[in-house]
Amino acid sequence: MNRVLGRLIGGLLLALYTALASAAYRVNFQPPVTRIADDIYHLHMLMMYVIVVIFCLVFGVMFYSIYAHRKSVGHKAAQFHENTTVEIIWTIVPFLILIGIAWPATKVVIAYKDTSDPDITIKATGYQWKWGYDYLKGEGAGISFLSTLDTPQDEIYNRKPKDAHYLLEVDHPLVVPVGKKVRVLTTADDVIHSFWVPAFGIKQDAIPGFVRDTWFRADKEGTYRGQCAELCGRGHGFMPIVVKVVSGQQYAQWVAEQQKKSAAATEDTNKQWTLAELKARGAKVYAANCVACHQANGKGLPPTFPALDGSKIVTGSKAGHINRVLNGKPGTAMVAFGKQLSDTDIAAVITYERNSWGNKMGDMVLPAEVKAARKK
Amino acid sequence: MSAVIDTPLGHAADHDDHAHPPSGLMRWVTTTNHKDIGTMYLWFSFTMLLVGGTLAMTIRAELFEPGLQIVTPEFFNQLTTMHGLIMVFGAIMPAFVGFANWQIPMMIGAPDMAFARMNNWSFWLLPVAGVLLISSFFVPGGAPAAGWTIYAPLSIQMGPGMDLGIFALHIMGASSIMGSINIITTILNMRAPGMTLMKMPMFVWTWLITAYLLIAVMPVLAGAITMTLTDRHFGTSFFNAAGGGDPVMFQHIFWFFGHPEVYIMILPAFGIISQVIPAFSRKPLFGYASMVYATSSIAILSFIVWAHHMFTVGLPTAGLLFFMYSTMLIAVPTGVKVFNWLATMWRGSMTFETPMLFAVGFLFVFTMGGFTGLMLAIMPVDVQLQDTYYVVAHFHYVLVGGALFAIFAGVYFWIPKWTGRMYDETLGKWHFWLSIVFFNITFFPMHFLGLAGMPRRIPDYASQFTDFNQIASLGAFGFGLAQLLFLYIVLKCSVFRKGEKAPAKPWEGADSLEWTHLPSPAPYHSFHEQPEVK
Repeated sequence: MNRVLGRLIGGLLLALYTALASAAYRVNFQPPVTRIADDIYHLHMLMMYVIVVIFCLVFGVMFYSIYAHRKSVGHKAAQFHENTTVEIIWTIVPFLILIGIAWPATKVVIAYKDTSDPDITIKATGYQWKWGYDYLKGEGAGISFLSTLDTPQDEIYNRKPKDAHYLLEVDHPLVVPVGKKVRVLTTADDVIHSFWVPAFGIKQDAIPGFVRDTWFRADKEGTYRGQCAELCGRGHGFMPIVVKVVSGQQYAQWVAEQQKKSAAATEDTNKQWTLAELKARGAKVYAANCVACHQANGKGLPPTFPALDGSKIVTGSKAGHINRVLNGKPGTAMVAFGKQLSDTDIAAVITYERNSWGNKMGDMVLPAEVKAARKK
Repeated sequence: MSAVIDTPLGHAADHDDHAHPPSGLMRWVTTTNHKDIGTMYLWFSFTMLLVGGTLAMTIRAELFEPGLQIVTPEFFNQLTTMHGLIMVFGAIMPAFVGFANWQIPMMIGAPDMAFARMNNWSFWLLPVAGVLLISSFFVPGGAPAAGWTIYAPLSIQMGPGMDLGIFALHIMGASSIMGSINIITTILNMRAPGMTLMKMPMFVWTWLITAYLLIAVMPVLAGAITMTLTDRHFGTSFFNAAGGGDPVMFQHIFWFFGHPEVYIMILPAFGIISQVIPAFSRKPLFGYASMVYATSSIAILSFIVWAHHMFTVGLPTAGLLFFMYSTMLIAVPTGVKVFNWLATMWRGSMTFETPMLFAVGFLFVFTMGGFTGLMLAIMPVDVQLQDTYYVVAHFHYVLVGGALFAIFAGVYFWIPKWTGRMYDETLGKWHFWLSIVFFNITFFPMHFLGLAGMPRRIPDYASQFTDFNQIASLGAFGFGLAQLLFLYIVLKCSVFRKGEKAPAKPWEGADSLEWTHLPSPAPYHSFHEQPEVK
């Protein structure tokens, strides 16, 4: 009987442990990949030990008392109601425990705030609702791109099954070399966002009009995913952060590729585009930036998100259309995409909108026209 | 008007102040009686609890699975914001004011509150504010959707619903301030002869301290939301960097209000628990003087911890360390209170009727919330947990398991005095067990979600968070349904008048003036003649 019981309990514990160990039932922090994240992990464990001990003491006393000091078992009430010695003890002892915790915690606070002597400095700008990265100093300086959620709307609206990195995947991840100190400056373009990568143990609010900073040194290669951590409007849950930590060699390769790409993008402005090429590119820009509000069929969700199919602006003058996309419509959810998208991307998406669904304007907008419109 | 046995001058004396009080609706509109006003506060807060609870059920329904199924992301943000505003300002705070109105005069042997007419005005402002707030759902752009903390600049982007919310908050703040003036004046001036401050019931002490906190911080909230209003409409730039302002200043001002606000929501709960536990342990409250000092320390410390809500904003190191230490320090007086309650139970002679079940449940669940609060106080750990479900778990443990359970304990404890009838004990026990079990099923997994990396205020989440979200949602539906049982219990007792007649002192160990000197139900006017307190 005891053997069967023992096996049963063992089996249950194994199942419990396996369940707890799986990602779906994660009960602790993600595995730390930086020294700071590791320190935080251990601080949390230290606190948990203290808390569990106090929990057992306090509730042990309480449940024992509930059991033993009941009227129904005949226990008569004592009438004591004060004891200065005991009050002093249970004031001083917790105070000493707190000092014991404050000492290691202080060390981590100081280390967390030390952003000096970075190898690479990257600025992360929070937009509604994506991140922009500018590599400012160190290897890769000059690289600049936007990083937008690229989980398809079909997955979000339950028309297709969700993949493994649902809501935690982007078109252009941040890439950094392993073992190097990266200082991340944060700011925002509109409202407060927050740059959070749990595996690195960093979270820094991105505040419009101000520049704050944090830092990390990733000790292991891999892909690490985080999310915006400050409510910033309807897209707050849809602007993840993905960081690829690669070897020094792979980083150098990536930097070289990026520099080639931005050279190519400059050429784009002066390239001889055809309508078909612009429209094809515009379809991609639309899918990444416009579809959430204006929908894939261009019908929008009136009145908050107007239809583009048959819209006065889209079927009106090019100048009006360019102005709306570049500068947004203040007082509404239509942001000024001029700040977020390149001339080529804006020209492409406008061309796409003017020639899709029921709109058959037959015209196209060139990147140079968008560039000219910016100057006004 | 029948049980006027406390007036030695006889029946006639009771009639000469108002020979024919209005009946029907006008009675309630014009009443200056603390019992009537207390009743209205309690029913208002219960209604708002159910409204706020419905919003929560909708939130948990959307969060049952990843993907967007029921609501749009914009509406989801309205739901979370309004759930917070309604529960904080519509449910919890007015409930405690309802208790204050009913109980303070009776417990200090006073005939009514000091400013009886202002008392009426304090209450009637609330339904107006409630209507304004809820009507924000129906204006273009919908209800405010920037979280109950309405940070700038997001709050500046919102539509007219935000302005309605701001006006509602102003009105509720005015109501709180007037109520607090009333409470302080009543307690300091109208205690029966012999009732020194250090002889007052703990519930009265905790409300005295809470009232000072309210007067100190509600004007600060008023300042923050007025600056938000002028930034929105009158060209100021308090929180707009482009105009020379600072969005973070909003956070400082808001949380200077916000942190004492959460103590405003828990101190009266502490007071209720300090009445219930001694009564059901048949033993005096342990360490009365320490409890007074601990409550005062908590109130004073609550003014110097606010930036622990802002640990990721980018404060300088010295600021981070200061706020970490001060926040950790609050654990000391709070711990003292928990130990004193335990010592009250220790070697008592306990019975576990529903009020005591909720009081013990409070001790268990609130203490757990206190532990996670201490965890969040540790700044580096807070870096990982700020704005995640760990924080949601923490504050629901202290506000639901803490404040709301104490409110339940207080209702079960005092409803015999208020209505003259005992509530149904079997149903009451069912309400307790269903509530505590489903509460934990709902909110315990949220600690894990926060640790695993799930942010808060998101309508959709990554796949690995699914299982705990489903458990939480099922728990939430159970917890919500259990509160309908509470509605039935309260209606059965107070409106349907079923249940055995309550004696003057149904609780053997209760010893404050309302139990020892007044019948059940307490007469419409009590303590015309002040009792002598030994």
